[in-house]
Amino acid sequence: MDALILLVPLALFLGLLGLLFFLWTLRARQYDDLDGAASRILFDDETRRDPRSPAR
Amino acid sequence: MSMLGRIAPAPAASLSAAACAHCGAPLAAGQARFCCAGCEGAHALVAGLGLDAFYRRRDAAASCGALRPAAEPPATDFAPLARAGRDGSHSLELMVAGLTCGACVWLVEQALAAEPEVLRARASLSARRLTVAWRGPAERANDYAALLARLGFRVAPWSPACLRATEDEEGRALVRALGVAAFGAMNVMLVSVAVWVGWDMGEATRAAMHWLAALIGLPVIAVAGLPFYRSAAAALRAGRANMDLAISIGVLATAAMSLSEAIRNGPYTWFDGATALLALLLAGRVLDRAARRKARQAVAELLALQEGGVTLLGEDGAARTVPVERVRPGDRLLVASGERLRLDGTLEGGAEEALLDTSAITGESLPRRFAPGAALPAGAVNMGAPFRLRVTAAAADGSLAAMARLLERAEQAKSRFVSVADRAARLYVPVALGVALGTFLGWWGGVGVPWQEALVPAVAALIITCPCALAIAVPAVQVVAVGALFRRGILVASPTALERLATADHAVLDKTGTLTEGRPVLLPDPARDPASLRAAAALAHASRHPLARALVQACPDAPAAEGVREIPGAGLARGAERLGSAAFCGVAGAPEEGMALYYRAGSDAPAVAFRFADRVREDAPAAVAALHRLGLSTELLSGDGGKAVARVARACGVGAWTAHATPQAKAARIEALRAEGRRPLMVGDGINDAAALALAHVSASPGDGTDLAQTASDLVLRGEGLAALPAAIATARRAQRIARQNIAFSLAYNVVAVPAAVAGLATPLIAAAVMASSSLAVILNALRAGREPPPWTR
Repeated sequence: MDALILLVPLALFLGLLGLLFFLWTLRARQYDDLDGAASRILFDDETRRDPRSPAR
Repeated sequence: MSMLGRIAPAPAASLSAAACAHCGAPLAAGQARFCCAGCEGAHALVAGLGLDAFYRRRDAAASCGALRPAAEPPATDFAPLARAGRDGSHSLELMVAGLTCGACVWLVEQALAAEPEVLRARASLSARRLTVAWRGPAERANDYAALLARLGFRVAPWSPACLRATEDEEGRALVRALGVAAFGAMNVMLVSVAVWVGWDMGEATRAAMHWLAALIGLPVIAVAGLPFYRSAAAALRAGRANMDLAISIGVLATAAMSLSEAIRNGPYTWFDGATALLALLLAGRVLDRAARRKARQAVAELLALQEGGVTLLGEDGAARTVPVERVRPGDRLLVASGERLRLDGTLEGGAEEALLDTSAITGESLPRRFAPGAALPAGAVNMGAPFRLRVTAAAADGSLAAMARLLERAEQAKSRFVSVADRAARLYVPVALGVALGTFLGWWGGVGVPWQEALVPAVAALIITCPCALAIAVPAVQVVAVGALFRRGILVASPTALERLATADHAVLDKTGTLTEGRPVLLPDPARDPASLRAAAALAHASRHPLARALVQACPDAPAAEGVREIPGAGLARGAERLGSAAFCGVAGAPEEGMALYYRAGSDAPAVAFRFADRVREDAPAAVAALHRLGLSTELLSGDGGKAVARVARACGVGAWTAHATPQAKAARIEALRAEGRRPLMVGDGINDAAALALAHVSASPGDGTDLAQTASDLVLRGEGLAALPAAIATARRAQRIARQNIAFSLAYNVVAVPAAVAGLATPLIAAAVMASSSLAVILNALRAGREPPPWTR
């Protein structure tokens, strides 16, 4: 039973860590645009490109 | 490679050649790659920016909407809306309609990022919201809006209504509660499984496990259950019982019983059941809300496109665009051709009279003339030359605001509608409590066990009857049905709309804009020379006048003529060529009825007449017939004259019709129908329909209807228009049937499970299995609601 004294708090601590992480993602508004995020991962040139020719 | 392999791509290539390379619309004969000049320009712009990849990406996404650039740039001045930041940068928030897939997001962001002074451009696909920040003057905002317009996206200022639809604080609270409940359920289950399988566990260890479960379970139940407790408290204050009350009692009683079991170190605690129940129910709520939020956002998007500033004339005569809220009584406005009046006012001086389309207010299909000094109603559309308007009432005090307040009152009356789930809960809560109390008394008084022990079967009965399946039965059906309708372009804004739609038995239809197109369409005339139509359409390209627009639409491939002058209030001229009113073209004795334009190729050439009328929508007769097949009786209720109404009623196959109906008469007719015990479905698009829409049992308005009508409606029909309505009714009825099956099923489940709980045979393990399996069964059944309705309803 000695193992429980160590393992149970450890498991709870890790679980709490996950919960806090979830609450942080919620606060950072990562669930506001789920559709956009789903397709955004497919853009391989997220970095700003040099304008090859001006728009106007 | 085989011969077959080399030949195979050919048909695909010819197919793609028949669609516009930018917007994907089918091409007319003679068009090589693009359907219009706008698309050609947009394609060149995209290629010039080095963003051709957009077209490849879009192919993969497939579901991209129409991206045809509008003929005219956005009329709104975006510069005053830009927010100044530190170090001379500005930022602007825009609503971008047409943002339908990831490729669109990419195109918009990259096109803006290619501008050297843009610091940041980020578009949200679900909210259609674009935030762009740049270094430089606020006026650049208009350039960015124009750039997006040239790509084919329609932009509008990010309005408070959009914000309300997107900023969903309550929804976020639900997701937070779901996260907490899921964490709690999983961790409590970890401890509970140890107790279930650890039959050789010592007393002390079991007590430690119970207290560990309480340590996790109690805070989680307190926090994650808040949405339910709040709703239950509100229902109690109103003296009603609802589903949330049943859930709250079940969860809190379980928590109390589990605590008592932990204190006396009983065989099991039930914290796992309580937390798992909360997590499951919250997941249902979150999904339900997300489905409706999507619909609400789409409605806000439609409304934002209609909003926009008004042109205020300063003391010095300079015109500037301001938001409508900033206009005060006494201000002077310039009303452009084709613009909708946003405020009440009087027509200012000058000799000219104004020609206004008042169909949205009165339902009349023919435009009316107003003399100088006459009061002009807000909501009318200017069909003639631009004129000046002296504002008599600010937006908040005008006739439109008064109507909006009326609607609010009617909405409150409608919110008294009790959904089937709440009706079930009213019966259910007393019965469940009665069974639990009876069990407790039976074990305590009858069998004579200690009260703590008697509490266990009593609460077990409560948690097993706790309407898990019942509470998830109806939301699951709603999510699936609302989602299926959304994909067909039907936006369901109200939570009880589907239930009310399923029970509608009588359809009241408006004429102008609902059964008809609501805008002038060129009438065919076999005697007319097609070449003259082409020449007139070429001239008409230069004007925003509604009749000129209709002419261009009748002959879309006519090239725009150069050097056309517009003479306000009269017509268009290019050299000796003329297009305009009868007097302008020198036509004597022209009949002054209906809407007509005249065209002369030269001063000696004969004048050609073009007549316009508001045409019956192509899908209207089929939609009315489908409504009849669904068992609804129909009637036509219009503010227009008898002849026009009778003609449309005959064309659509509607039996009964009423003409010259004022807004009050329409509302009175709906109330009379309700008094008779009928359940009227009102379909309308105008400001004159709004009161009737709000009063009706259930209401719908087309996507191009006025904003007031859309706010008053339960459903907004975007896309397919009227044809979608019968399909929506069929889906709603199907959803209703499935919801009833689900309720019946979960009740039947209880009939089997409750006796076991009352007899004290239920353990937390059995309760968990019962809960999960019954929930799964109703969810699977709910999935059927999204299937396509049978073809005969279309």
